Amino acid sequence: MLELQDLAFGYGARTVGSGVSLTLPPGETLCLLGPNGGGKTTLFKTMLGLLPPLHGRILLDGTDLSALPRREVAQHIAYVPQAHAAFFPFRVREVVLMGRASRLSAFASPGPADQAAAERALATLGIGHLSDRIYTEISGGERQLALIARALVGEPRLLVMDEPTASLDFGNQARVLGQVRRLSGRGIAVVLSTHDPGHAFLCADRVALLHAGRLAGLGPPGETVTPETLRLLYGVEVAVVPLPGEGRAVCAPVLP
Amino acid sequence: MSEAASVAAAPARRRLASFSLAALPVLALLLLVLVSLGTGRYPVPLGDVFSLLLAKAFGLASSVDPTAQTVVLQVRLPRVLGALLVGAGLAAAGATYQGLFRNPLVSPDILGVSAGSSLGAVLGIVLTLPAAAIQGLAFAGGLGAVSIVYGVGIAVRRRGASDPVLTLVLAGVAVGALLGAGIALLKVLADPYNQLPAITFWLLGSLASVNRGDLGAILPAMLIGLIPLVLLRWRVNLMSLGDEEARALGVETRVIRPVLVAAATLVTAAAVSVTGVIGWVGLIVPHVARLLVGPDFRRLLPASLLLGAGYLTAVDLLARTVATIEVPLGILTALVGAPFSLWLLATAKRGWA
Repeated sequence: MLELQDLAFGYGARTVGSGVSLTLPPGETLCLLGPNGGGKTTLFKTMLGLLPPLHGRILLDGTDLSALPRREVAQHIAYVPQAHAAFFPFRVREVVLMGRASRLSAFASPGPADQAAAERALATLGIGHLSDRIYTEISGGERQLALIARALVGEPRLLVMDEPTASLDFGNQARVLGQVRRLSGRGIAVVLSTHDPGHAFLCADRVALLHAGRLAGLGPPGETVTPETLRLLYGVEVAVVPLPGEGRAVCAPVLP
Repeated sequence: MSEAASVAAAPARRRLASFSLAALPVLALLLLVLVSLGTGRYPVPLGDVFSLLLAKAFGLASSVDPTAQTVVLQVRLPRVLGALLVGAGLAAAGATYQGLFRNPLVSPDILGVSAGSSLGAVLGIVLTLPAAAIQGLAFAGGLGAVSIVYGVGIAVRRRGASDPVLTLVLAGVAVGALLGAGIALLKVLADPYNQLPAITFWLLGSLASVNRGDLGAILPAMLIGLIPLVLLRWRVNLMSLGDEEARALGVETRVIRPVLVAAATLVTAAAVSVTGVIGWVGLIVPHVARLLVGPDFRRLLPASLLLGAGYLTAVDLLARTVATIEVPLGILTALVGAPFSLWLLATAKRGWA
């Protein structure tokens, strides 16, 4: 569905990363791991078509992403930013409704069908009761779920999530990752970044390691997330401890 | 009533409630207009004003005293219509700019439209041009200033600056300072007995000299400016998320932002060209509107239009009745607006947004 071919990305004259090639099939969850400043966010912005590629290209169903109008890109690829404080006190329902923009023509306002879609998306994520609340007054975890609902209401096939678990408490992290798992069950592909390599085992089909702007590894979590690769990525010793039964593992730093 | 019936009746009741919510402010505004037309050094009873307007609207002869007819229709009506139009326009432009620049403390002056208009008008006064030419220069100055700011913003962004909104605001501040220097220079050069007072009054704003010709001149520009705001009203919500997020949601911000800026600028420049600079309306009215109806621009725009029209009509009524001489509008909008905004700041439960 989405194909990155020998991609170099960055801002204007400043190259952040290069040589990235990968193919994303429908319904796959890809977890991107890498240190701070490793270029994860820049890569995401490029994948969303918000930044032009510096080299190589991105194909969406075989069409060059940069040749498509914004609205068409947004119909296929939705962005879930980190839970932020909005500038104006919109209601949660109004925030989610904004996800319909890619499905409406430029001068159109959302109608009853769009409203219903927004309510459905909120219910899907289990936060239907927040519909009438003020977005700036709900908790960070609730905001993150609302932003996922906003992305889903545009009926995309790919979700790009920039650190969806950052600044969330333990329970909300699990809730968000659970939703990510459910998405791939509905055939929606997800690319997400996280700072906890253990999350890769929880929800990802494949893991991509981004180190110094290059892909340092790509494959299933069990093969890709190892003490060696994590040492390369983060510069610290990490123990990867398998959990009994489920093919999962937890990652914990080993303090010197 | 059974549960099912009460559920079925709920939407109808809600529609009725929202209709009366919309009708009340409109009725209040009409009443304010009638009071405004009847009040002044030559008072006309409300009933006479009403029957006169009705007769005029249907092309009938009116039995109202001819002097009262002249006062209401020739003297006060253009002025009140001017207040409605300019107040509504400034408030709508302010609401748009605040959404675009994601900041509730932004006024229509942020990109230098008032400064540009002022420089144009002051230049016209110093050159002793006729009134229409001064208005034309003010209008052109406002549009010109914003064009320069936008051009600078685009040029700077090409060189690598990432946040287009911040770049625009900074360019606006810099160009505004330059224009301010130009205005100050012209004031020094102006004739201190005739031109300087005229300049001072222009910079404080007044509706006293607004006539039918002025209204006809600014009405097209205002309507042309308001059309994109109405059509793109929902997109303004998305623009308030910031450039990157709006684009990710499928909005062509590179098209919509200049269209919205041009529309709001057109409205502001047209308003300012006939009244001079009137501060506070574009800043404070959208605020109050947001506290009343929330930030959704689909409701914020009509609320700002109504409130702005009402606010300036009321302030202008004060301006010509509160003292024996006319008080410049700029003084009153701040004198009324500033304490009110402080009161809001102290009492609003949802903070300053």
